[in-house]
Amino acid sequence: MKKLDAKIPEGALSSKWQQYKSSVSLVAPNNKRRLEVIVVGTGLAGASCASTLSELGYNVKVFTFHDSPRRAHSIAAQGGINAAKNYQNDGDSVYRLFYDTIKGGDYRSREANVHRLAEVSTSIIDQCVAQGVPFAREYGGLLENRSFGGVQVSRTFYARGQTGQQLLIGAYQSLSRQISTGGVKMYNRHEMLDLVIVDGKARGIIARNLLTGELERHAAHCVVLATGGYGNVFYLSTNAMNSNTSAAWRAHRRGAAFANPCFTQIHPTCIPVSGTYQSKLTLMSESLRNDGRVWVPKSQEDAKAIREGKKSPLDLSEEQRDYYLERIYPSFGNLVPRDVASRAAKYVCDEGRGLGETGLSVYLDFSDAINRLGKNVISARYGNLFEIYQKITGEDPYKVPMRIYPAVHYTMGGLWVDYNLETTVPGCFALGEANFSDHGANRLGASALMQGLADGYFVIPYTIGNFLAKEIRTPKIDTSLPEFEAAEKEVRDRINHLLSANGNQSVESFHRRLGLIMWDYCGMSRNADGLQKAIRMIRELREEFYRDAFVPGTNEEYNPELEKALRVADFMELGELMCIDALNREESCGGHFREEHQTEEGEALRNDEDYAYVAAWEFGGNPSEPILHKEELVFENVKLITRSYK
Amino acid sequence: MKITLKVWRQGGKYKGEFVEYKLDNVKEEMSFLEMMDVLNESLVQKKEQPVAFEHDCREGICGTCSMVIDGQPHGPQKATTTCQLHMRSFKDGDTIYVEPFRAKAFPVIRDLVVDRSAFDRIIQSGGYISVNTGQAQDANAIPVEKDVASMAFDAAACIGCGACVAACPNASAMLFVSAKVSHLAMLPQGKVEAKKRAQAMVKTMDMEGFGRCSNVTACEAECPKEISVNNIARLNREYLGSVFASEKIV
Ligand SMILES: Cc1cc2nc3c(=O)[nH]c(=O)nc-3n(C[C@H](O)[C@H](O)[C@H](O)COP(=O)(O)OP(=O)(O)OC[C@H]3O[C@@H](n4cnc5c(N)ncnc54)[C@H](O)[C@@H]3O)c2cc1C
Ligand code: SF4
Ligand code: FES
Repeated sequence: MKKLDAKIPEGALSSKWQQYKSSVSLVAPNNKRRLEVIVVGTGLAGASCASTLSELGYNVKVFTFHDSPRRAHSIAAQGGINAAKNYQNDGDSVYRLFYDTIKGGDYRSREANVHRLAEVSTSIIDQCVAQGVPFAREYGGLLENRSFGGVQVSRTFYARGQTGQQLLIGAYQSLSRQISTGGVKMYNRHEMLDLVIVDGKARGIIARNLLTGELERHAAHCVVLATGGYGNVFYLSTNAMNSNTSAAWRAHRRGAAFANPCFTQIHPTCIPVSGTYQSKLTLMSESLRNDGRVWVPKSQEDAKAIREGKKSPLDLSEEQRDYYLERIYPSFGNLVPRDVASRAAKYVCDEGRGLGETGLSVYLDFSDAINRLGKNVISARYGNLFEIYQKITGEDPYKVPMRIYPAVHYTMGGLWVDYNLETTVPGCFALGEANFSDHGANRLGASALMQGLADGYFVIPYTIGNFLAKEIRTPKIDTSLPEFEAAEKEVRDRINHLLSANGNQSVESFHRRLGLIMWDYCGMSRNADGLQKAIRMIRELREEFYRDAFVPGTNEEYNPELEKALRVADFMELGELMCIDALNREESCGGHFREEHQTEEGEALRNDEDYAYVAAWEFGGNPSEPILHKEELVFENVKLITRSYK
Repeated sequence: MKITLKVWRQGGKYKGEFVEYKLDNVKEEMSFLEMMDVLNESLVQKKEQPVAFEHDCREGICGTCSMVIDGQPHGPQKATTTCQLHMRSFKDGDTIYVEPFRAKAFPVIRDLVVDRSAFDRIIQSGGYISVNTGQAQDANAIPVEKDVASMAFDAAACIGCGACVAACPNASAMLFVSAKVSHLAMLPQGKVEAKKRAQAMVKTMDMEGFGRCSNVTACEAECPKEISVNNIARLNREYLGSVFASEKIV
């Protein structure tokens, strides 16, 4: 791999993007028609990218494993999308959004990319409104905002609790329009299983038709991956069941560096696990912490009695309760950032003071708020969330305190990209949650939707020109090239290998075991011993998987178990890389907490001297020997300070 | 709880038949799909082909899950998708029939999985506002009345699951189509193309083999997002009256 070059344009931070746009190479309309682009993924990033490129005149082929582009995981986002519109006149600005994002990311993201994100954020809202996204409005008919995740301005736009759904439907409709014009050829129920590289450039993919099992070769002048995050490496997460890392991982194995894989976000307010049969966790909006108070019993005995049903939480007096967030963090209390709240919950449960059958949950209690404001106010604020909670748990949070526990929610790491959103494989681009670019070690609430749409609508349409302008003389890529042949054969061998093991354990059981290892040793807090142990365990698990997994059926049919097996196989390689990365990063920052690196009060201790870099890992021939490349982060516009919430 | 499942199996070695499965250890707090997971895990243990069913978000928003449970699309609980349905809605000893969504326009792929791509083609024929990226004016340039935005949202909440079609004796897609037409027509941005959109989408719906609406309103009753049949009335009244008068949609 060549030395990493982020290709950050010269000039002042606030003028880089403007200058870039006016100097980037353009592709003439008649040439666009001859250029083909493959886009994998139809979430916010993929759908916005594909429709925009088609509008510009490129020939676009779009792939998704879903039965329809509208089902992408983005649909599930609830809370909202940020933009520096300053409609509330409360002092917001592009710079402030930029600054909040850099600081929120604990100074592990690239200034130039983040500033561009903040700049284009305003156009996103314009575009979505024009598409018919029904954002919340005030009585005067103008757009309403709310504040989110500990920032001091109101810049979050939302559509009830279904912002992701409405934004995705908007992008899906634009994509549908391009499908109808013929500019986009849509391949539903197709899973990308490999990236094809010809003469050093990404020129196509191998995709499996999920209905027939047929392996298909698809060629283009370049390939865009918008394939989402890898939170499901933990098995249990808030991600949709089918979200997976395979597209990104396969690109990694073909030469794309994987950046900061250990940066994962754990969300503090999820509905706790109720049993081993469970396959999916449900997020409860963070907004609940505005009025709910978090507590566990002071004594282990009380906690035990409640777990065994001998006592009810309502039996405990104020003195017997430990409102631990308010106690430890008096100035932020229940509103400390996601990572801090999550870790604190883990600690009290580790002490044996957790609740619920598994002992892995804490109370989020609304009784004070109900007494103070009345049930009506609370119901107006959180009614639908309370309903979801009751549907799932069968408990009424108006009467007994809600139970919550942290869960894996988002992955900040991903494919390394430069300013053009190009990976280390020329012609292979990565957008949305699939890349690592904007959130550093921790993502702020309502910023993932913003990033996905920024990348797809407003960044890649310019930056892809930089690559394609040099390709106008390249004829259509031929899928009978030996590179396609070889890649297809490798995929076929992989499939046959999985089908022929004919072992005794289900793929699901391996995934669950992998998830437990990741959660225990590479989850909310990490240490060197644990990580080393996890690496050993994952290697053994991988070996056992190939020996003893059972995948029913054949390749030549609709076979969800085979799909799962291919994905789990890749998760097992990524999991190891995450542990290696976490072991390498001898500091605590954002979502990455190394127990060896904390202050006396137990707070995260960053090491800017040695670790203000992006860890970009090159595939080293086998999953256990990745090669580290460092992109040093240069901060010219913000001063690095320590977060404190005491 | 002990539950007996009669599951529709089709494809592979099954020609299209109900197959009985007995589950002994079903917990009330399991979701319906988690129970199906447990069934599948036991089938895989026996080296049998698991029951194919579709799901993704398991939060009631993606519209992927799609079973008919005891004759009702998405099962017995009102305003609830299959993935959000929990076993506490059933009793110990119950026998439950599980079938795919059935409609001519939704061919069965395997077991409980059907092909709903006809919905995509309906949207492609006009279910959008024609605006290219970068053409938009400032988002606050056109104020939209709060109530209007809220009504548009109610229609836009459709998750494209197809339960309305499965519930309808005519297998009509009118609720789905009218929800999209209403969502866009209510907003000033979508008014311009409203007539054309409605006509194109209804035409495609017919071509795809969905039936005609005869006001049974079973769709509304089964819709997990409580999309109102008022949308159908709005579609007919405002845009279709003139064009389809002779064909009498309502
Ligand atoms: C419960 C929940 C709530 C959230 N709420 C918010 C919020 O309020 N605000 C916010 O900003 N963010 C939120 N997020 C985060 C945000 O939703 C995601 O980060 C974002 O939607 C990711 O979008 P994407 O386009 O990158 O990927 P996705 O939406 O995950 O799309 C991935 C696409 O790639 C396709 N794909 C993947 N692999 C392959 C393959 N191998 N072959 C073919 N196709 C493939 C999939 O089919 C899919 O179409 C939330 C996340 C969760 C889990
Ligand atoms: S109208 Fe209701 S039932 Fe029909 S597709 Fe939409 S959400 Fe599903
Ligand atoms: S699985 Fe998404 S709605 Fe049921």
